[in-house]
Amino acid sequence: MKCEQSAVINGIGHSEVGRRLMRDPLDLTAQACLAAIADAGLSADEIDGVSTYPGAQGSTLGISGAGVDQVREMLGLNLNWYTGGSELPGQLGSIVNAVLAIAGGLAQHVLCFRSLWESTAQTRTQGGRGAVVSGSTRDIFQWGHPYGAGYPTYGALAMRRYMHESGATREQLAQIAVTARRNAAGNPLAVYREPISVDDYLTARMISDPLCLLDCDVPIDGCVAVVLSRAGSQAVEAARTIRIEALGSASGSLARCAEMMWSRTNLKPADVDIAQVYDGFSIHVPLWLEALRLVPKYQTGAFIEGGSRIALDGDLPINTGGGQLSAGRLHGYGTLLEACVQLRGEGGGRQVADRPEVAAISSGIDNFSTCLLLTR
Amino acid sequence: MSFLAPTLSERSAPYWTGGANGQLLIGRCLRCGFWIHPPLPVCRSCRSREVGPAPASGRGTVHSWTVNRYKWAPELEPPYVIAEVELVEQPGLIVLTTVRAADITIGMEVHVEFERAGDESYVPYFVP
Repeated sequence: MKCEQSAVINGIGHSEVGRRLMRDPLDLTAQACLAAIADAGLSADEIDGVSTYPGAQGSTLGISGAGVDQVREMLGLNLNWYTGGSELPGQLGSIVNAVLAIAGGLAQHVLCFRSLWESTAQTRTQGGRGAVVSGSTRDIFQWGHPYGAGYPTYGALAMRRYMHESGATREQLAQIAVTARRNAAGNPLAVYREPISVDDYLTARMISDPLCLLDCDVPIDGCVAVVLSRAGSQAVEAARTIRIEALGSASGSLARCAEMMWSRTNLKPADVDIAQVYDGFSIHVPLWLEALRLVPKYQTGAFIEGGSRIALDGDLPINTGGGQLSAGRLHGYGTLLEACVQLRGEGGGRQVADRPEVAAISSGIDNFSTCLLLTR
Repeated sequence: MSFLAPTLSERSAPYWTGGANGQLLIGRCLRCGFWIHPPLPVCRSCRSREVGPAPASGRGTVHSWTVNRYKWAPELEPPYVIAEVELVEQPGLIVLTTVRAADITIGMEVHVEFERAGDESYVPYFVP
């Protein structure tokens, strides 16, 4: 029996999400965790496992609102298994850790969370995000430091290379930001909800050609939490339980990550009803869609042209809550939250009709990736 | 455009200082000849630990490029180019750098030159 079958997503929760909330990140985290525990129909006393990314650390400003020890302490949890750290294949690797703990019989109910306060933290240090990424934050960035590379530089280089290899145009790729923004209008949690047009995208401020302001995700303060429970244990109404059909993870390439996932299920890419893919920069969307084999290699530009195929009523709705581009940088857990909401049929104004059954989600990019197939 | 002085470590110094002798020093496995950049103490191809800096030809092609328009550092006034150059020695051997040219295209052939930065560094850049 594959490990995915041992656990179900039993509860989901989130905090207030927004820009410059100026709230205590521990309180944001507690708000989300308590909501997820309640949604699972459990008491905090029943939580015996915790899993999080990246744990308590400050590698970049506001990247983590809380670690395991802080959550354990403030919620008064008594745990057997817990894990928090940044060296994982993708942020959703923390979900994989929870699955493994449950499959191994080490825990029954694992609280997973992703907590950020980048917006407040960067505001407090007067534009901390606007600094050259130096060698002091991550070793790899020292090589770009003398030339004045910033985080978006890497997205821009990837974007131009992809456009060169695929022939995709800015007009086509504009649909990623435009669609995300349209979807965000139906998501009360999203921070940017005013519609944008392709023209708005093409005339938007350039950060680093060809990557413009609307290709960048928006830092926020917020926390998303889920509870994974042992399948077959006492759970809240089965109608709201989400199953993990297959998981994939990899360090080498997104394709390898997706290949692992597809090898663990009889489902096929054509079975996927909705995709919630990591969108730290808009270029991540075609890279993930193609790696997941939801769109043939280099064909995303043509597939999304005009936006109809990826709209809420299209063949393959994408990032239905607005993604990180418009809903905010929930850093891997936004995809999980939105997929669960859609599968439960609780998407309100942005609910994909004919309640979807299969969601493909992903987190991370480059040498750091996870993908999951979720079903109801 | 000038460059910011890189942080020198024992591992990174050959790359940033080889330019004093006009050399682009890239990590290379002494056993199998595999080129390793950024430099690390093990060859990822044959796992030998006999690796060290070796002079590359300095020739390459542009793999990607971008015109940065955001002021990331007070000393560096945008716009300026940042590029990835694939060195001729090995497929996938890519250095993050800049290209100084009126027109830049992916696939364009370039070669390395160096410019002083800080007290001891010679930062590589590429020209057609």
